Amino acid sequence: MLNKARTGAILLALPLTAFILVTFVAPLGSMFMRSLYDPLVADIMPETLAALEEWDGTGLPAEQVYALAARELGLAREEKTIGRLATRLNRDTSGMRSVIMRSGRALKRAGDAPWSETLPDINPAWGEADIWQALVRTGARVTPIYYLNALDLTLDSDGGVVRQPEDRRIYGTLFIKTIRVSLVITLLCLAIGYPVAWLIAHSPPRMSRMLLVLVLVPFWTSLLVRTTSWIVLLQQQGVVNDLLVRVGIVADEQRLTMIHNMTGTLVAMTHVLLPFMILPIYSVMRGIPAVQMQAAMSLGANWPRAFRQVYLPQSLPGVGAGCLLVFILAIGYYITPALVGGQSGQLISNFIAYHIQTSLNWGLAAALGCVLFVAVLLLFLLYDRVLGLDRMRLGA
Amino acid sequence: MRISPGSTALRLFCGLAFLFLVAPILVIIPLSFNAEPYFTFTTGMLELDPDAYSLRWYEQVIFGEQWRSAALNSAIIGFSAAALATVLGTLAALGLSSPAMPWRRPLTALLISPLIVPIVITAAGMFFFYSSLNLTQTYTALILSHAVLGAPFVVITVTASMAGFNRELLLAAASLGAGPAYSFFRVQLPIISPGVISGALFAFAASLDEVVIMLFMGGIEQRTIPREMWSGIREEISPAILAAATFLILVAVLLLVTVELLQRPGKKPSN
Amino acid sequence: MKTIKTSVLLCAAWTSTMMLSTVPVNAQEDQFITVVSWGGSYARSSVKAYHERFVEETGIQIKLDEYNGGLAQVRAQVETGNVSWDVVDMEAGDALLGCDEGLLETVDYETLPPAPDGTPATQDFLDVYDVECGAKNLVYSTVYAYNDTRFPEQKPATMADFFDLEKFPGRRGMRRAPNANLEFALVADGVPSARVYELLSTEEGIARAFRKLDTVKNQVVWWEAGAQPPQMLADGEVVMSTAYNGRIFNAWALENQPLTIVWDGQLLAFGYQVIVAGTPKLELARQFVAFATSTESLANLTRYISYGPLRHSSLALVDKHLETGIDMEPHLPNAPQNISNAVLEDPEWWADNQDEMNERFAAWLVK
Repeated sequence: MLNKARTGAILLALPLTAFILVTFVAPLGSMFMRSLYDPLVADIMPETLAALEEWDGTGLPAEQVYALAARELGLAREEKTIGRLATRLNRDTSGMRSVIMRSGRALKRAGDAPWSETLPDINPAWGEADIWQALVRTGARVTPIYYLNALDLTLDSDGGVVRQPEDRRIYGTLFIKTIRVSLVITLLCLAIGYPVAWLIAHSPPRMSRMLLVLVLVPFWTSLLVRTTSWIVLLQQQGVVNDLLVRVGIVADEQRLTMIHNMTGTLVAMTHVLLPFMILPIYSVMRGIPAVQMQAAMSLGANWPRAFRQVYLPQSLPGVGAGCLLVFILAIGYYITPALVGGQSGQLISNFIAYHIQTSLNWGLAAALGCVLFVAVLLLFLLYDRVLGLDRMRLGA
Repeated sequence: MRISPGSTALRLFCGLAFLFLVAPILVIIPLSFNAEPYFTFTTGMLELDPDAYSLRWYEQVIFGEQWRSAALNSAIIGFSAAALATVLGTLAALGLSSPAMPWRRPLTALLISPLIVPIVITAAGMFFFYSSLNLTQTYTALILSHAVLGAPFVVITVTASMAGFNRELLLAAASLGAGPAYSFFRVQLPIISPGVISGALFAFAASLDEVVIMLFMGGIEQRTIPREMWSGIREEISPAILAAATFLILVAVLLLVTVELLQRPGKKPSN
Repeated sequence: MKTIKTSVLLCAAWTSTMMLSTVPVNAQEDQFITVVSWGGSYARSSVKAYHERFVEETGIQIKLDEYNGGLAQVRAQVETGNVSWDVVDMEAGDALLGCDEGLLETVDYETLPPAPDGTPATQDFLDVYDVECGAKNLVYSTVYAYNDTRFPEQKPATMADFFDLEKFPGRRGMRRAPNANLEFALVADGVPSARVYELLSTEEGIARAFRKLDTVKNQVVWWEAGAQPPQMLADGEVVMSTAYNGRIFNAWALENQPLTIVWDGQLLAFGYQVIVAGTPKLELARQFVAFATSTESLANLTRYISYGPLRHSSLALVDKHLETGIDMEPHLPNAPQNISNAVLEDPEWWADNQDEMNERFAAWLVK
């Protein structure tokens, strides 16, 4: 009987488990693959790369390598894959794109052995070790380069790991900034959310329900709607500035800049995430009998002490849940900073989107995503250990 | 229940907090009737001059080809994703609520994880995944992705409503000769239906609100309302967006009221 | 009671789906193509100048989409085999890269229509930067413009003035990309317009450009879509902004915004019509490209927006702005009086250095 019930339960959970494995876990897996596996150069120039294994990395490779490279470049041109090869190499070393493209074009017209003279004639870059080193670097199918880049590191010409030059370091600062901003937002939400949750939890039932609706309206309202509201409110010719000018606090020429900067991001994101702080705290506070505080105070404790020793510890599970939830959501936010953040309000997620949509450096996007994912996973495990995921609650 | 000191200060603070929560949303509504293409209350509006108000932006949203097809897309994707999420989520929640279920904690964590992983990561993963399958820019991929995001809501709400469900009812039904399907539809489903419906609504709302996956994977054919709003905000912000936003606020309030009615304690039939 | 509620809810959901699904999605007659352009007043101008006539004459419908440049969507579509864009209005650098990567169809100028006097297309088009995959379309320019009301006395006149916060205080709008900004910075720093790319090819030149950008950095509001700068200028969000010249012209001519263009140091560039490789509607797309780059279409565009045509025969037809009767010639970026200190964009340089410049620009922004 028990065994049958067990099979039944497993069968019931199976469809969704399979669904999530295929449409959620597998995509995350494919992101992980993208961040490590980059077969592009290896697929286009397999023989050249095989021959380059003999090369010691300094000086110039042998004539045979030149001949293979010329042949495979010609093939790549015919198959129209040369552009992607050029783009990939250019990402490694600026300027490689035109070297490769021009060589491809020239090879179509003419060219004969000895290739170790023809290729440098077509473009002098072939007469230097740099281009061959770049080929070797990008030729590895499994490459740590995207992770290195995501951590502001790179490979030098000997294959050693070094820091990026200073004017290209960006993600370290950005990860730190993202964490800092998420922390500030979490604290802001906590500072506003705790008293509000208190008020809702300890108001008479009718009042409590009404107040709860005020929290749930923004919770249910589309994120884009709320972000739009903040643009309407905060822009230079927006409602808040208009109000300030009309009241006379601010001169018309000196309207405040509250959007397209960090202020905009902080305000809008606090607004968006506040319900996620209030609701878990409220659901915990609702279970704390108010009599306890009264009892403590009638025993002589003043309010702060009663609060600190009796109430606060009991409400901590809610606080923890709210903080982790808000922090995790904030750390991966994309839409709101993209629309109201301006230049200084951009977070790591904006760069992931940027590399997917604009720069097309998908490997780097995947590596940044994986780094962020690991960070979130750690928090997720912490959440589970401290509070238990299966106790998560939504709404009232 | 005066247990806090400086109750007035607390109330004042909370009043401001509630203003912060709700006012920004309310501000949009009157501005969507602005006759001018601006985002501020014109003098005419403040003087309640009827000429300062107009329905022109609503006309644009209701009759404009773009917004109409966006609404249709939102509906198609939202309903399909919510349906899929509801069926799969309800089944899984039933399984998870069974006392015989092994590995409950890790499994719950897995099933709820789409809710916790930041959307930008999920969307990036899906983009890589579906592009390797040549499925980006298709309804299939968008519906599947949105269903994944919606399913955890269903699992949570249905599990919660199962907590108040007396399993002996199933035994009773079985002893009266009911098959498992019969007792599910006649006994269990009616009792847990508030949880199922709330979950479905959450799933629908999640899809209706989703724009990151849309941005990464959706083509022009699949543009939804939030996607339309996104390009509107980035490019030429026009009060038509505010009109669309007002519609979305209405939808949100409808969803909220429904879920609240379903979850209102005391009205929930149990045992 | 509860069952009633449930069924009401389900009915409501059902009816709303049904209602929505009876709305016709699109006038999807048999044939349509998707044309992608830069949105805003430019897209509106193209629609009036030749989309409408194209639909009328051929019966082929046009679905209009918009983008902000870049190859991402095209690449995604080609690589996944779901090509939904047919014709794209592209800048030179993207067209060059896209062509190299096999993302775009090659264009045969022999098949483009000749000028009205019979001059073949191969000779009628201006001898400007050739892209194998692009049909030459127009010349546009990135300039900066200012809000007249903000500077009642002394007006900005040179590129250096854009970077002069003391003489002309106030926030600046700039595109969130290294493109154009690096060129502007060097011109403002006194580099002759002809030597800009020569300098940018040196480490020192790049550093110099970034140093110049440093001087205005914390006063800059960054824009991404071409439609934003006129709006930011009109809203008073910024006092001056870099922008595409046609957008500023339209805001000035059609909406009476007090905006003035400063042509000094402008960055001249060319636009192309390209066809996405693997489109199932190749023939229709070719038909559209031929139509869009005909003498009449290019000339017609200047009746709506101030972008110069890339055909000799169209240049001769440039006349007045249709709605306002403004003489268009002086407003074209390639008018002789406007190009005295113009930088000619080098698509090759950008194709080679775009990635690195993007990275450095992003790092510079975060700093």
